[in-house]
Amino acid sequence: MSENKFDILIVGVGGQGVLLASEIISAVALRAGFDVKKSEVHGMSQRGGVVTSHVKIADKVYSPTIAQGQADIIMAFEQAEGLRAINWMKKDGIAIISRTTLIPAIVTSSKELHYPEDPIAAAKAKAAKVISVDADDIARELGNPRVVNTILLGVASNYLPFSVADWTEAMKSKIKERFVEINLTAFERGRSIKLDTVKA
Amino acid sequence: MKELLSGNEAVARGVYEAGVKLAAAYPGTPSTEILETLAARYRSVYSQWSPNEKVAFEVGIGASLGGARTLVAMKHVGVNVAADPLMTFAYTGVNGGFVLVSADDPEMHSSQNEQDNRYLARFAQIPFLEPADSQEAKEMVKLAYDISEEFDTPVMLRLTTRISHTKGIVELNDPITPEEKKFKKDPAKYVMVPANAKVRHKIVVERLEKLRDHSENTPLNYAELNGSKVGIITGGVAYQYAREVAPDFDYFKIGFGNPLPLQKITDFVNAHETVLVVEELEPYYEEQLKAVGLKVEGKKFFGKLGELSPYRVALGMKEAGVVAEISHPEIDAESLFPRPPVLCPGCPHRGVFMALRKLKVAVTGDIGCYTLGTLKPLNALDTCICMGASIGSAIGMEKVQGAEKGVVAVIGDSTFFHSGITGLLDAVYNQSNVTVMILDNRATAMTGGQEHPGTGRTLMGEKVSHVDIPTLVKAMGVKNVREVDAYNYKETLAVIEEEIAREGPSVILTSRPCVLMPKRIMDEPYVVDLELCNGCSACFRISCPAIAAATETNKYGHPKAVIDPTLCTGCTLCAQICPEECIILKSQFVKA
Ligand SMILES: Cc1ncc(C[n+]2csc(CCOP(=O)(O)OP(=O)(O)O)c2C)c(N)n1
Repeated sequence: MSENKFDILIVGVGGQGVLLASEIISAVALRAGFDVKKSEVHGMSQRGGVVTSHVKIADKVYSPTIAQGQADIIMAFEQAEGLRAINWMKKDGIAIISRTTLIPAIVTSSKELHYPEDPIAAAKAKAAKVISVDADDIARELGNPRVVNTILLGVASNYLPFSVADWTEAMKSKIKERFVEINLTAFERGRSIKLDTVKA
Repeated sequence: MKELLSGNEAVARGVYEAGVKLAAAYPGTPSTEILETLAARYRSVYSQWSPNEKVAFEVGIGASLGGARTLVAMKHVGVNVAADPLMTFAYTGVNGGFVLVSADDPEMHSSQNEQDNRYLARFAQIPFLEPADSQEAKEMVKLAYDISEEFDTPVMLRLTTRISHTKGIVELNDPITPEEKKFKKDPAKYVMVPANAKVRHKIVVERLEKLRDHSENTPLNYAELNGSKVGIITGGVAYQYAREVAPDFDYFKIGFGNPLPLQKITDFVNAHETVLVVEELEPYYEEQLKAVGLKVEGKKFFGKLGELSPYRVALGMKEAGVVAEISHPEIDAESLFPRPPVLCPGCPHRGVFMALRKLKVAVTGDIGCYTLGTLKPLNALDTCICMGASIGSAIGMEKVQGAEKGVVAVIGDSTFFHSGITGLLDAVYNQSNVTVMILDNRATAMTGGQEHPGTGRTLMGEKVSHVDIPTLVKAMGVKNVREVDAYNYKETLAVIEEEIAREGPSVILTSRPCVLMPKRIMDEPYVVDLELCNGCSACFRISCPAIAAATETNKYGHPKAVIDPTLCTGCTLCAQICPEECIILKSQFVKA
């Protein structure tokens, strides 16, 4: 990842909170004095389809979307979606993938279509720096299944040049007050997960 | 002050800063958030949803003639609906400044076609401005009002999905107060009977010449020179892609796109060895430049289908021979199952399509969430052209007896108000035997649940009386009007069957509201008794996101079903079609 350029692709399934995560990252970047653009598609895709958000951070950002194969970080809220997006990442990029599994009806009702056996293993076969996160388990342990996105943000924060204070302020500005506390805890849990801690 | 705003939010901000008095629109991705932002944040602007884009445009005409700065906004295909008033309003010109936002959708993220509306501005002989980011979007809105008033013309602001839905940093300014104006009677200008229109057409032609001069001089069309032998002519989001891929080339950026600044561009082309036109969709610039004999290339390298991207632009530049090396993706793509959008758990449209699938009738469709009824495994909607097309097409198909088992038109409530009413009039007048199902979920669900004449609330949140669809269709002369509960599969099936067999036009209304709007509906969830489930997969075929494959399988290895209790809304449809009757209310489930 070059000194001052961070291309982050966030993927998931409609309803998983992809847009809130990209909203928070953009707010941190703005706070830290970077130029930032974030691009996503609303509409059809939010009815349980794939949701993709491009966040671009640099001293000066031109294209609103990431060039295919140039993402520095991929955050995936669903593991097959992480695998689907993996070719958007640089070979030495960091993929942060939640072990969440969501199998669509089109697959369960079909004999020809299959959900991959182990999407994260398949992603690891293609890229060196894949961090698998048991975000559902952690979220359940923390008592709120909806904090999966902040757990992943916590993991990603290890690879982005923003202070915890900036992250905290950005989350406070984007999250409803009564959920701030638990999201900050979730973020801290995520922050303790790094490439070397999962490799062990 | 600086804020992170989407292109749509920036347009709303620009509208506020320009002192606009009225904004009218019909929702449509990617334009919808412009009016939503106005209603939420800038309440000094009176804003309203109209039943369709034509009416929105006409409301806008009245406001402009009444002296107010006015905005109308719509998606690209909405401009087709509003094209009739647009073509002639271009003749009369304005009183208060008038801006039409056309939000195009290259790649068809949420649309039925990817038409390039720059041609519509040219067709109407009006100027269009095209921003390349949120900051420009806001500034161009304000400039558009000045141009509209100076040249006495409606002005199009052309956006695309990546401009509308990209957030970027925007510097905010204070609003201005435009000069107070009122309507002045001026039939020669505003009454387009032939005698007056002939005079006005001449003025339009002369206006275009003045606009051509303006185009040569406006700072919106400018060259960015880096001393390169390669020149790129571009505009809109394509500028950003090219600029990122090839920062060292020279650029001519077009922000004012009709008429083109041909002299300035000729100078630019003559000063470069190779000139490429990088534009999304159609060769709008390229053809006009080639027509005046300029040596440029574009579509040959960049294509005209779908959205451009930095990678596509890089590939095109390599093919054109202006760059030697580009970065290719290093990791191979994985080929995986598709994940198309689906009807929500508990969506009242589901029961309708289960019944229609069973009856094997031809189903002429329309546009809305219910268009998803075409997807596997429901497979029960057979046509989708444009808003309102379901009813007319059903009439035609029925008149030629083109469908063996009969034809049913399926249309949503918002779409019915938009352009279904006239289709139904046709059915009554021409004594068609069609069956029209109006899926009345009391929301414009597909675009995010906007209010409409049937919901009893306006965009700005006022309570109003709602239009009662049964009363309306009866008044139009439909004799057979039925209501069904689409959560009741057997009843829905029986009523559709009866109405198909009946002479004359029938209307069947569904009564259940959208599960998401205005409040999320959650009833007691159902569970699958895995001891009784035999893995027949009937419930998988109703395409409910709450039903998933269990790890447990039947003797053939087919998975049994499980229901996610956090997603199930308790609509009961799966329980009604389960042959083993093993889907039961959670509270009634007793483990053996
Ligand atoms: C001319 C035109 N305007 C707007 C749209 C965008 N659009 C697609 S579906 C839809 C609304 C559908 O609402 P409704 O008919 O009530 O169906 P629902 O989604 O609620 O099922 C709109 C506004 C369009 N496709 N074409």
